[in-house]
Amino acid sequence: MSSNLDQLYRQVIMDHYKNPRNKGELTDDSVTINMNNPTCGDRIQLHLKVEDGKISDAKFDGEGCSISLASASMMTQTVKGLSVENAVKLAHVFYNMMLGKEYDDETFDLGDIEALQGVSKFPARIKCATLAWKAMEKGVGHQEEE
Amino acid sequence: MNAQEVRKLFPILHQEVNGKPLVYFDSAATSQKPVPVIEAIEKYYREYNSNVHRGVHTLGTRATDGYEGAREKVRRFINAKSTQEVIFTRGTTTSINTVAASYGLANLSEGDEIAITPMEHHSNIIPWQQVAKKTGATLKYIPLKEDGSIDLQDVENTVTEHTKIVSVMHVSNVLGTINPVKEIAAIAHKNGAVMVVDGAQSTPHLNVDVQDLDCDFFAFSSHKMCGPTGIGVLYGKKALLNQMEPVEFGGEMIDFVDLYESSWKELPWKFEGGTPIIAGAIGLGAAIDFLQQIGLDNIHRHEEELAKYAMERMSEIDGITIYGPKDRAGIVTFNIEGVHPHDVATVLDAEGIAVRAGHHCAQPLMKWLKASSTARASFYLYNTKDEIDSFVKGLVTTKEYFGHVF
Repeated sequence: MSSNLDQLYRQVIMDHYKNPRNKGELTDDSVTINMNNPTCGDRIQLHLKVEDGKISDAKFDGEGCSISLASASMMTQTVKGLSVENAVKLAHVFYNMMLGKEYDDETFDLGDIEALQGVSKFPARIKCATLAWKAMEKGVGHQEEE
Repeated sequence: MNAQEVRKLFPILHQEVNGKPLVYFDSAATSQKPVPVIEAIEKYYREYNSNVHRGVHTLGTRATDGYEGAREKVRRFINAKSTQEVIFTRGTTTSINTVAASYGLANLSEGDEIAITPMEHHSNIIPWQQVAKKTGATLKYIPLKEDGSIDLQDVENTVTEHTKIVSVMHVSNVLGTINPVKEIAAIAHKNGAVMVVDGAQSTPHLNVDVQDLDCDFFAFSSHKMCGPTGIGVLYGKKALLNQMEPVEFGGEMIDFVDLYESSWKELPWKFEGGTPIIAGAIGLGAAIDFLQQIGLDNIHRHEEELAKYAMERMSEIDGITIYGPKDRAGIVTFNIEGVHPHDVATVLDAEGIAVRAGHHCAQPLMKWLKASSTARASFYLYNTKDEIDSFVKGLVTTKEYFGHVF
């Protein structure tokens, strides 16, 4: 097996895929965002609870490949407790990481997210990893409008 | 048919991908192109590129001869009565949209029905949804049997005297099944409806005779049958095409143009507004020559053999689901238990093997199969049993890889 492949399917990613964190629904006072990846059929339903400009809770459900579900699991884990502004900033740090660009690894504690770095070597899979983050951005944007 | 000899004519196949010999099992998405097709296009651009139907000069005449010569090749290929019934389009999608926008919008109204099946490609669903929305007609679905095939009794039950259009794919791009479109056309006609056939997946692999099928419209693409992308064909019965209005207006398709009124050229040109896809048509003509030289029957037999062999070998591996009935063209759609099709395709790609993963532009069928997505291996004349052996090895590797990381 190629080492690129091992970089893509890191143990921690597989762990999030098999044991997703924050899977499920939020019922009260939360925003629900449905987003899908029309070219491949992956879909995510993301629930965000925003209080005083902060993401106080996040849960998701969905169908998709290991990369998209693991990324959703990691995203919910990381953005919980962040201000909306910082969560959006972090999304852009993540996009830079996916594009193989230099990214800011100091402002935020990236935690498990850094394990997804290997995805940048697989251009066809980048959109799998970014789906959950796009949903989060849409969710907080929606919240601001209200 | 000797696939090893055929392969020599496809330069793209002789390369390594990720350090392994390329195994191209994605021909249902688009086929590879043989040297005679590549050379025909190159020769056109190098030697006689010119606009058609207007130049008095020599190159213009050569280009027109090339373009119209390709139309005659298409006519013979599908056994249309006349070249007036062969319209060049951008591909199957444009062909079906042309029928929907021209025939559909003009002839349907509230109370009328359109009948299709849930296995259709999106390009044979959405145009009809749009016609239904704009005209008030109802879109109905002919149900599928459990194995994905069509029962003619279900067609009888769905198609009624209110049905104006029946549109069905000839060969399924997911299940590989060959649908009884000739029999469905007879039922459509009995009820006074026109029959549209989506031939995108049949023309690369089967002898097609539109007169024998007795379909009213037949749509297909060049790029799935060894020809270039960007060109396809709409066949239509002359009597119907004559009644229909063009969808695009402009140069090339007019007879007279006045300040406020214009009239159209005769068939087939009234449907070909703008400078046509000249190099594409010439490439498609070369692809038809190439396929006919080998023989569509030989190609079909070869693919059936490959599909049968692939299914046998795949059934040796535990945890693989194959979708659709046993009898099929060269398409095997499958899933490995516990591994998402994207992940299957990524691991296979690392082994140099190209397969498709996703919903294959057939979301309603995926729903019906109760799979959110699947992986698909599709074979063509240049594939071999050795490649299937590599593929099966790749599937075992995939299973082991994910078994190991889990």
